[in-house]
Amino acid sequence: MIHSLFLINCSGDIFLEKHWKSVVSQSVCDYFFEAQEKAADVENVPPVISTPHHYLISIYRDKLFFVSVIQTEVPPLFVIEFLHRVADTFQDYFGECSEAAIKDNVVIVYELLEEMLDNGFPLATESNILKELIKPPTILRSVVNSITGSSNVGDTLPTGQLSNIPWRRAGVKYTNNEAYFDVVEEIDAIIDKSGSTVFAEIQGVIDACIKLSGMPDLSLSFMNPRLLDDVSFHPCIRFKRWESERILSFIPPDGNFRLISYRVSSQNLVAIPVYVKHSISFKENSSCGRFDITIGPKQNMGKTIEGITVTVHMPKVVLNMNLTTTQGSYTFDPVTKVLTWDVGKITPQKLPSLKGLVNLQSGAPKPEENPSLNIQFKIQQLAISGLKVNRLDMYGEKYKPFKGVKYVTKAGKFQVRT
Amino acid sequence: MSAAPAYSEDKGGSAGPGEPEYGHDPASGGIFSSDYKRHDDLKEMLDTNKDSLKLEAMKRIVAMIARGKNASDLFPAVVKNVACKNIEDPNQLIRASALRVLSSIRVPIIVPIMMLAIKEAASDMSPYVRKTAAHAIPKLYSLDSDQKDQLIEVIEKLLADKTTLVAGSVVMAFEEVCPERIDLIHKNYRKLCNLLIDVEEWGQVVIISMLTRYARTQFLSPTQNESLLEENAEKAFYGSEEDEAKGAGSEETAAAAPARKPYIMDPDHRLLLRNTKPLLQSRSAAVVMAVAQLYFHLAPKAEVGVIAKALVRLLRSHSEVQYVVLQNVATMSIKRRGMFEPYLKSFYIRSTDPTQIKILKLEVLTNLANETNIPTVLREFQTYIRSMDKDFVAATIQAIGRCATNIGRVRDTCLNGLVQLLSNRDELVVAESVVVIKKLLQMQPAQHGEIIKHLAKLTDNIQVPMARASILWLIGEYCEHVPRIAPDVLRKMAKSFTAEEDIVKLQVINLAAKLYLTNSKQTKLLTQYVLSLAKYDQNYDIRDRARFTRQLIVPSEQGGALSRHAKKLFLAPKPAPVLESSFKDRDHFQLGSLSHLLNAKATGYQELPDWPEEAPDPSVRNVEVPEWTKCSNREKRKEKEKPFYSDSEGESGPTESADSDPESESESDSKSSSESGSGESSSESDNEDQDEDEEKGRGSESEQSEEDGKRKTKKKVPEGKGEASSSDEDSDSSSSTSESEMTSESEEEQLEPASWRRKTPPSSKRAPATKEISLLDLEDFTPPSVQPVSPPAIVSTSLAADLEGLTLTDSTLVPSLLSPVSRVGRQELLHRVAGEGLVVDYTFSRQPFSGDPHMVSVHIHFSNSSDTPIKGLHVGTPKLPAGISIQEFPEIESLAPGESATAVMGINFCDSTQAANFQLCTQTRQFYVSIQPPVGELMAPVFMSENEFKKEQGKLMGMNEITEKLMLPDTCRSDHVVVQKVTATANLGRVPCGTSDEYRFAGRTLTSGSLVLLTLDARQAGAAQLTVNSEKMVIGTMLVKDVIQALTQ
Repeated sequence: MIHSLFLINCSGDIFLEKHWKSVVSQSVCDYFFEAQEKAADVENVPPVISTPHHYLISIYRDKLFFVSVIQTEVPPLFVIEFLHRVADTFQDYFGECSEAAIKDNVVIVYELLEEMLDNGFPLATESNILKELIKPPTILRSVVNSITGSSNVGDTLPTGQLSNIPWRRAGVKYTNNEAYFDVVEEIDAIIDKSGSTVFAEIQGVIDACIKLSGMPDLSLSFMNPRLLDDVSFHPCIRFKRWESERILSFIPPDGNFRLISYRVSSQNLVAIPVYVKHSISFKENSSCGRFDITIGPKQNMGKTIEGITVTVHMPKVVLNMNLTTTQGSYTFDPVTKVLTWDVGKITPQKLPSLKGLVNLQSGAPKPEENPSLNIQFKIQQLAISGLKVNRLDMYGEKYKPFKGVKYVTKAGKFQVRT
Repeated sequence: MSAAPAYSEDKGGSAGPGEPEYGHDPASGGIFSSDYKRHDDLKEMLDTNKDSLKLEAMKRIVAMIARGKNASDLFPAVVKNVACKNIEDPNQLIRASALRVLSSIRVPIIVPIMMLAIKEAASDMSPYVRKTAAHAIPKLYSLDSDQKDQLIEVIEKLLADKTTLVAGSVVMAFEEVCPERIDLIHKNYRKLCNLLIDVEEWGQVVIISMLTRYARTQFLSPTQNESLLEENAEKAFYGSEEDEAKGAGSEETAAAAPARKPYIMDPDHRLLLRNTKPLLQSRSAAVVMAVAQLYFHLAPKAEVGVIAKALVRLLRSHSEVQYVVLQNVATMSIKRRGMFEPYLKSFYIRSTDPTQIKILKLEVLTNLANETNIPTVLREFQTYIRSMDKDFVAATIQAIGRCATNIGRVRDTCLNGLVQLLSNRDELVVAESVVVIKKLLQMQPAQHGEIIKHLAKLTDNIQVPMARASILWLIGEYCEHVPRIAPDVLRKMAKSFTAEEDIVKLQVINLAAKLYLTNSKQTKLLTQYVLSLAKYDQNYDIRDRARFTRQLIVPSEQGGALSRHAKKLFLAPKPAPVLESSFKDRDHFQLGSLSHLLNAKATGYQELPDWPEEAPDPSVRNVEVPEWTKCSNREKRKEKEKPFYSDSEGESGPTESADSDPESESESDSKSSSESGSGESSSESDNEDQDEDEEKGRGSESEQSEEDGKRKTKKKVPEGKGEASSSDEDSDSSSSTSESEMTSESEEEQLEPASWRRKTPPSSKRAPATKEISLLDLEDFTPPSVQPVSPPAIVSTSLAADLEGLTLTDSTLVPSLLSPVSRVGRQELLHRVAGEGLVVDYTFSRQPFSGDPHMVSVHIHFSNSSDTPIKGLHVGTPKLPAGISIQEFPEIESLAPGESATAVMGINFCDSTQAANFQLCTQTRQFYVSIQPPVGELMAPVFMSENEFKKEQGKLMGMNEITEKLMLPDTCRSDHVVVQKVTATANLGRVPCGTSDEYRFAGRTLTSGSLVLLTLDARQAGAAQLTVNSEKMVIGTMLVKDVIQALTQ
């Protein structure tokens, strides 16, 4: 299956390689570099590249390319999924998945890769088990290790792999038993020029942070489970209970994990919490244009909308922008042509606006398309679909845990065409 | 360690020059040969059983290494001593790790040790060690493929393992070592299917893709007899009704039924489909894709639809995942377009998508475009054309071209659009349009002389060679349509000939030749000039072409035979090109595979076999259940039965997509087949023991299904009676039929709700009856109250709820709820003056519209106040917003002066208050009219108890709740007035309520059937609070406004 892995940074240096079978020469990456050059944009590098003797399957995460070398037929999603799992694990261990973090922890990285894959086939990928095998780095431990010369590898082997619940380690102990759930909903929308909604849907996830001792068996129920149209589950969830009773019943992994992700049934109307008034125009045969956007709240259910950011990819011919804003601050990067307007909170009394002039390259034809506006926002204490957690019950353990649910609504891929 | 001597013999063969005769002379040293001797000696020491000798040998080896001497050929002997010790460790984790280390050493010498260790580990007590053994198998195989036979033995043994831990790893080993030995799977097939859901994600992917191949070799194609099957299903459906009427006749048909069914799905095939379905909800994209491809390749057409939702979900994932999924969706959408149609909008493109994703989405959108959705798709394409990403624009233009070829209706629109693009500033866009236009014009050139002229003008400006070549070809091909322009174009091209690109030059020669043949008077000289230029061109293709053309068209003395046919050769009618998707035939590769993605066979790709003609013997999968496991097995089975039924119920419920009813049909097929299957095989097998096992194994399933069926019938009969009130014979016969018939009937009943709500043909059988009644109603009297037909579109999972819904819908026995006859007065549709004497009013009758329950029925009153009769009153071409549809009233032939008439029409407002605009036509005039419904007319009352109301309200909290405070005027504080005012405003039914000053009303919107719950809480001194709970927030908000207005006025 997976033969080798190369980590490549943005400037094209291979800074880490790992082989699970025989060694494959670095030169195989030349094919990748070739494709990268052709693609012009990092996002457009094809994830699967065929070379005379190997196939390269790559992902792009956090400004790093994970390039794996494959020799025989394998489902490409299998490899892609695994590579993302590797990146997630790095993130989990080092707090960030960056070149610096990986270089700082090179020993742990190799240990992890060795444990995660055996002869190219995934072995232990659950973070609970990995963390028992290989302790995550802490300052104290790294100091102790450098003095005593010991490694991070755990002394005892984890029992999790042997139990029927491979995602949870045994013998967890906490003094404060807590279970927190974050219901995060994202609105994906395309709004057209005239302000009508072309496409809108709500995608949500429930992320859990569970710190409970022993082997708790949780069941989470919703006030309105019918809202959930399409759900994907963490493996710990008992599918049959959900099918018959619409209750999430599970023995949770320890720590942070994503419990479910869901889509709200599409026949429901999606409330769009903000509206944008815009007029962007470029004059023919003159080197300037006008730019004017105003943003306002709409159907916000009495909650404040905060963290608003508007990102606009301006056309190539735009040289610079002279804008004034009534609220927040804006930046324009003349190299990437990206305009970012950090608005913050909206108050209905005074709608934030950003207007001014756009300087165009003189002589160049005016751009044909107005750029689309990508909007980010956040509404605390609200799940826009109306989804509500009804109750959380715990079985199997005697103590009383502290429980909490938080709702957040965010903009997902929220785009306004102008 | 009994194998140790054998091993050392082996070793001797492969060790090369070192022969055993070299004596025991540890003292000598210095030269190479003595090194061998010494090693040999050490080896012997290591091989002995005495620990002291071993220790001594090890010490010496360490000393050698310390002195920098090569001791590598002692490696296996050392490894054996170190690793083998651990392999026998009491701790299972150490045993496993030792095996892992040992098997990771890629040195051929240790193959025998590895083999031994694997064999031993494969029968280890601990499943974890066995898993490691499975992992070690492919390692050994890649090291030495001669061991294949022995390894297959180990694989066979491990395949029989019953733990989930081992299953994934061993199947992976199977796939790497001996994927062709499909016979090893037979015995383990059912076990693998049942374990699947508990295997870890990576194992699931491997097992599913292996089982896909297995199923392709072992089962019959479920699609081969699909059409026959559907026909039969319908027949059975009708047949049963008749039978029930006849009573005694039913036995006959029941017996005949199996004979008529040509295809019965193997129960094992069904088992696989059923057990993989839940995995569509896995968090892992790879698993979802694996199940999707399994369904695509194995499931009957009607069931494949379930995968669409899951695949669309993956589009939210990382861009690499999107890329792979979209490639597969593109292939699927060609074969099964209907599957993804509901998700069309999910493939809309955002400007921030990477180009490769954009192009794939475009591909999918093009595949999904059809007669009905093409307007929206084209509108969407229009925005894409203005994108800054020029590659994407070019792809969009091609997509438009493909839509135009596939859908005749929009061809002209597309063509006009593309012609407009010709004046685009970007040359790439223009060039691409030209190329596409060329292809489109080829389909019907005669009508498009104008466009060809327009293109001819473009030759001055366009510089892209491909586009220039396309234009020249077009002009040459259709030079009869542009007789004046063509020679002129040739003149210009001749002038610039030397500066052109090669493809353009070739087309210039082509054009010259064609013109010479059709219009030689004007172009003879020009042609000769072009040909002479081409004769001396640098490119030999062009020189060749010129020579060849000259010989063909210019008559010469010798060999005029061909040139007589030149015209036929050059101007032969050419078939129009077919614009096809590049994903057209990709599905011969297994979906989700690397080969499919690359559209080329990858190394190690296992071809997906074709379905067999004849099903191989299914009994090979029967497993003998050992005596002692029977009990537990049975219990287990019972447990397993449960989801099976809940599954099938879910499938027949209205939650599923439109395809679900044939699905449940086949579900029942499988049930009947499992019964018949077990019957057959038990009669076949002579062995009594096995016979019994089978009864236990398979029989229990069918037994249970029978039992369950009975339970269902019992449950259903009382409910069924309510339902049956429309056809009396129904209930009569059901009580008199024997039990076995009842089982079969129950199955049909189970099908019924799903099928008749969705399929029009079956329901049409009943429709006339109801229609007649309602027509009578309309004309003569208004019934006291009629329960509007509103299908519960709300998800209902349980069958019981489903049936309840049915009884409600169907019965004429209406629960006594308050459903007021509309008090909304007549509203004017057409004024006397505007209508030239024709006066038209309309009222919302609040009666169910007979044709379509989603429609609001509108009574239209015509009266003729002119002095001439008005003839031929009918509805003319409505111009309706998306989603809104109209059921026209039958034409009123003539309306005498002073006379008036009433007609009923149905309008489906699609739960919006958008106006329905249409034309009212008489023989002479057309009037534009529009009907805009008050929000209260978009719903129909439902009956519910207080508790139900509270429950439903609980589900519709949060955003779905709208609350408003108001003051009730003095005139409107009595119960009666409040209820009357509310019901006049909105078509809601009153819900009984315990407290006196609270009023509750409930209804469902007509189109989507979403609940609308209204609560009015009256407090002291006229203060009141109005709450509306509805999924449809817009409707809720508007309703609140309307009701408050009605109450406070």
